[in-house]
Amino acid sequence: MNDATANISLEARGLQKSFGGLVATDNLSLEATRGEIHAVIGPNGAGKTTFVNLLSGILKPDGGAILFEGRDITRLSAPARVNQGLARSFQITSIFRDFTVLENVMLSVQAGQGHSFRFWKPVAKDESLRGPARELLEKVGLGDRTEVIAGNLAHGEQRQLEIAISLATNPTFLLLDEPMAGMGPEESQGMIDFLKALKGDYTMLLVEHDMDAVFALADRITVLVYGKAIATGAPDEIRNDPAVRAAYLGDDATDDANGESA
Amino acid sequence: MAELKNPASILTLIVIGLCAVVPFLAPALGEPFYVIVFARIMIWAIAAVSLNLIMGYGGMISFGHAVYLGIGGYTIGILAFHGITSAWIQWPVAIGACAFISLIFGAISLRTRGVYFIMITLALAQMIFFLSVSAERYGSDDGLNILTRSDFGLSFFDLNDKLTMYYTIFAVLLASVFISWKLIHSRFGVVMRAAKSNDTRVQAVGVSTYRYRLIAFVIAGVMCGIAGLLQANFERFVSPDMMNWPRSGELIFMVVLGGMSTIFGPVTGAFVFLMLSEILSTWTIHWHIIFGPFLVLVVLFARGGIHGLLTPRASRDE
Repeated sequence: MNDATANISLEARGLQKSFGGLVATDNLSLEATRGEIHAVIGPNGAGKTTFVNLLSGILKPDGGAILFEGRDITRLSAPARVNQGLARSFQITSIFRDFTVLENVMLSVQAGQGHSFRFWKPVAKDESLRGPARELLEKVGLGDRTEVIAGNLAHGEQRQLEIAISLATNPTFLLLDEPMAGMGPEESQGMIDFLKALKGDYTMLLVEHDMDAVFALADRITVLVYGKAIATGAPDEIRNDPAVRAAYLGDDATDDANGESA
Repeated sequence: MAELKNPASILTLIVIGLCAVVPFLAPALGEPFYVIVFARIMIWAIAAVSLNLIMGYGGMISFGHAVYLGIGGYTIGILAFHGITSAWIQWPVAIGACAFISLIFGAISLRTRGVYFIMITLALAQMIFFLSVSAERYGSDDGLNILTRSDFGLSFFDLNDKLTMYYTIFAVLLASVFISWKLIHSRFGVVMRAAKSNDTRVQAVGVSTYRYRLIAFVIAGVMCGIAGLLQANFERFVSPDMMNWPRSGELIFMVVLGGMSTIFGPVTGAFVFLMLSEILSTWTIHWHIIFGPFLVLVVLFARGGIHGLLTPRASRDE
C-alpha cells in the first residue's frame, strides 16, 4: 500500500459530515488503488450512502478532502466530477423511466461529448450517439432491449441499465452504491459476473450489503461503523478481524443510536 | 406529429386547417366575427405552446407566464406612445426585453423547486403587473391605446391589412409549434426532458441542469413575448389585465386541457378553452357554473388532456 502512492486513483482524507447532531461520516480516510475493487461494508446506518454522496459531490463535506487522480475535487460539483471520470450508480434505481433503454444511455454519451446547447438537429438520428450507446448496451447484455421503455424492464435489467448509464460517461472510476439492491440470488450472480468482467478496466468502489458479492469481488474491504472506518484489508483479513466480528455480531452493545443516514 | 394514424394528429390537422381557411370561411357563413375570435385564440395558443415548453417538457410550472405577454405588449405600446412605430425597432426591443426579464426571473426562480417555484414565478410576475398598474403615464388600470400598429415600412406587408395581420399570427403559431418540436428532439431538448424526469441522474452523468433549464425558460419567455407583441398589434390596446395572474392560470389550464408534453396539445387546449367560454357565455351569464366543473372533470379523468386521450399509448411523448 505504501509503495503505491502513485497508483492511487481516489483518496478520501479525514472526511467529516454531520446532519444536525448525527455524525454520518467521522474522520474517514480511504485509498482506492487503480484497477482494484474496493468494497465498503457496514451495518445499516453506518454512513455508506453518505460516503458515496460525499465522493460523488451530491453532499459537501464539513471537513477533510477528496483527491481524484491527484487533483483536489472536494469543492467540485457533482457534474464536474463526472466529467473528470468519476461516475456513480444509485442504490435506488435512478433511470429515465419514460425514455427507451437506448435513449437512457444516449444521454450519457451526449453528456460526454461536451455541452448540449444544440437546439436543432434531432437526436434520434444522431449516429454519434446511437452507435456508442448501442455498443455499450450490447456489452452489458441489454443489446436486444434497446427499444424497450426503461420503466418496463425487469428489476435486474433496470439495475444493469443503471450501471450502463454510468459506464457510458466514459469514467475511469465507478462508485457503485449497492448494485445488488433488491436482486434475487440468480440476478445477483449475474451482476457479480458482470462486475467481474469490468474488473481491471475501471477502479471501483463497491458499497454493498450482499456479503457473498463483496467477498467474490473485492480486492480490499473497508468496514464502516457509525461513519468511522474500523478496518481496511484483504477479504481474509477482514473476515477474521475481531473488531469487525464484534461490530457485526453486535458484541459492541455500548453504542446506542443507529440512525439511518441519507 | 409525423404519423397520421392516430386521432390526435388528425385533430391537429383539423385545427390547423380551420385556422387557415377561417378568414374566407367565416364571412361566407355570415359569421365574420369568428375571424377575430380565431386570431385571438391563436395568439393565446402561441403563449400556451411556449408555456408547455417549460411546463410540459421541462417540469417548470410557471404561474407567472402571462407576464411575458404583458412585457411584449407593453413594449410595443410604450414605444408607440413615444412615437417609435417602426417594427424593426419595436419587435427586437420587445424580444430583448422579454429575454432580459425572463433571464433574471429564471435565474432567481430556478433556484427553487416545486411549490416554491410556482409561488416565486407568481410573485415576480405580479411585481411587473403592479408596476404597469402604477404607471399613470401609460394609462394605469385603464390600459394604453396604441394609435398605430408596428410599421414594417413595406407596402406588401402591412399589419393594418386584416389578412396580413391574421396570417402573420397564423405563421407565428405554426413556427412556434415547429420550433418546439425541433427543440424537444434536439440534444438540448433531451437534457430538458431528462432533467424533468430525474434531475439528480442528469447531474450524475455530468450535466449541470440549471443552465439548460434557464435557457429553456428564456426561450419560452421570448416566445410568449412574441404572442404579447402580436396581441398589442392586433387589439391596438394593452392593459395590466393581460398579465394579471388569472391569465397565467388560464395559460396553465389551456396546456393541461389540450395535453401537457404533447406538441400540439396547447393549441387545441387554447381553442377548446376559449371557444367554450365564448359559446357558454352567450348562453348564460352564469357560464362559469358549467365551465368550472368541466375543467375539474378534465383534470380528474383526462390526465393527458385531449391529445393524451386521443393518442395511442405506444406513440406517446411525440
